[in-house]
Amino acid sequence: MMHECTCFPGFAHDVLVPQVGIITDIREETPDVKTFRVNAPGGGKLFEHLPGQCAMLCLPGVSEAMFSITSSPTNREYQEFSIKRCGELTNQLHSLQVGDEILIRGPYGNHFPVETELKGKNLLFIAGGIGLAPLRSVINYVLDNRDNYGTVDILYGSRSADDLVRRDEMETVWAKAKDVNVYMTIDRPQEGWEGHVGFVPAYLKEVGFDTNKVALLCGPPIMIKFCLQALEEMGFSKEQVYTTLELRMKCGIGKCGRCNIGTKYVCKDGPVFRFDQVDALPNEY
Amino acid sequence: MFRIQRENLPGLYAAIAAESDLFLPVKAAGKTNYALWSPECQPDLDTLKTVKSPKDVFFPQSENLYTCQRDAGKLSVTPEKHRDTPFVVLGMKACDVRAVAVLDKVFLSAPVDTYYAARREMGTIVSLACGKPEASCFCGTFGIDCAAPEGDVATWLTEDFLYWNPQSEKGTALTGKLTALLEPCGEETVAREKDGIHAICQRLPLKELSLSNWGAEAARKNFDSPIWEELYHPCLACGTCTFVCPTCQCYDIKDFDTGSGVQRYRCWDSCMYSDFTMMAAGNNRTSQMQRFRQRFMHKLAYFPANYDGMFSCVGCGRCVDKCPSHLNIVKVIKAFEKEGK
Repeated sequence: MMHECTCFPGFAHDVLVPQVGIITDIREETPDVKTFRVNAPGGGKLFEHLPGQCAMLCLPGVSEAMFSITSSPTNREYQEFSIKRCGELTNQLHSLQVGDEILIRGPYGNHFPVETELKGKNLLFIAGGIGLAPLRSVINYVLDNRDNYGTVDILYGSRSADDLVRRDEMETVWAKAKDVNVYMTIDRPQEGWEGHVGFVPAYLKEVGFDTNKVALLCGPPIMIKFCLQALEEMGFSKEQVYTTLELRMKCGIGKCGRCNIGTKYVCKDGPVFRFDQVDALPNEY
Repeated sequence: MFRIQRENLPGLYAAIAAESDLFLPVKAAGKTNYALWSPECQPDLDTLKTVKSPKDVFFPQSENLYTCQRDAGKLSVTPEKHRDTPFVVLGMKACDVRAVAVLDKVFLSAPVDTYYAARREMGTIVSLACGKPEASCFCGTFGIDCAAPEGDVATWLTEDFLYWNPQSEKGTALTGKLTALLEPCGEETVAREKDGIHAICQRLPLKELSLSNWGAEAARKNFDSPIWEELYHPCLACGTCTFVCPTCQCYDIKDFDTGSGVQRYRCWDSCMYSDFTMMAAGNNRTSQMQRFRQRFMHKLAYFPANYDGMFSCVGCGRCVDKCPSHLNIVKVIKAFEKEGK
């Protein structure tokens, strides 16, 4: 484990030094999202993580960026990252083939409180687009420890039916699991789509969940803003809603200064925040 | 307490350098900055403020973290070796020594930055009292006594002698190696010297600067103040303040293609730059006002909130001297002083 040998004054490997990982599977989720499976070169996982934690993926000579780990820690074989193509590094990542090697360091950050505040609760997952990536880790963790949680509702929306990440898992695994309801929506009508059409916040109010739940909310900032408003109108308090923040990161350990907002470093103190904690931050995220 | 005649200082430098690297203020091309001592260099202990702070002795402006080789599609990573040979940095002023304590809070808190920790472990700090504090100095605001600097050894420079007082185990060990050059002496001259420095401090124009509107409780309170909008306009976003600052520790991590591999290095960066927080998805600080505010909120409110009230400014005044548009932390502190009244 990379992190076990960094204590001062041991001076073994620094946490900024990555491990080599190998891409063992690539799955095209949507036109611009691929899910990469990463293993240690000798097989198995490179490190253990908790739901919601992130890792730095690096292509030498290109750059390095933080991605949420979308696989659940209950998966004993590998880690997965669902990555949307939207910049220089992600473009290069999308050109990788199975068998290619990358550099990876982590895990970083805090995690969703699956063993404390979420335990025994009814859970409402609200995701938009690639925002499903961090929540998928929690959903599968919850389903693998089904007896520890109450009902599960998953509301997921994207621009179009083609942009729904992990649609088959949603329809064939999650929707069929015990006490799990899946609600999917797309922004605009589309040929061949018989499901709900409309934005996530509106659909949320339309379904009208009761407040005996904890909500986990991830997606584009504008969706998060209106979903939170909708949840508050439905009677949810800020203490009942969790989200993740995303800012530029370089070090991942709260030292390089980029992801600092107020007294927090999103890479170290986040990415998971409860909404009352988000409210305590200066409005700079 | 020990002392050595000024004219024998070259011998002292040579004796220290015989055992370890020695960094000290050196005059070159009309500027004084910390540099590695060599017999040909021109040491300059009389200039009060080096242009850059000595922070890059512990946190270099640029340093390699590891090298990555690609061989037939296989990657291998070789971490950069940690500093494992001792060195001495001589001449550090009280403000710059305190700045190292500020950097310690960041780099030595878990998870430890091992590159920095190795340098701290290997380095011995010989500080130097400020003979003549200048108009831009305000270390007293942060409770720093420039007449009695912290450090492994504290020194005082008079017209004829350098007075030398070990203050830690490392300092005692270094002193032990230099006994042939140092003569024991009384405390009287240094006591007089301190009084003289304190008398100058009493006349400094910034001595009344008050931090009463700052600290942990200012983290939310001052963020929404209209003062930021009024103040930031002259800022050119050049980043000079962050590069001369002894406590600024923000860094970037980048790749350098060596032809046969990739060197991953880190280098100082600046929160004053527009791309500092830019992501593929957008930028959370789009205006210079926001970036300007971030720098001072971090130094005067967020840092004290996270580290038991310690400010991330030591009053060295370099930003006061160097800002091309005469904008600096003193103006910010004063603006909020008026606000509080």
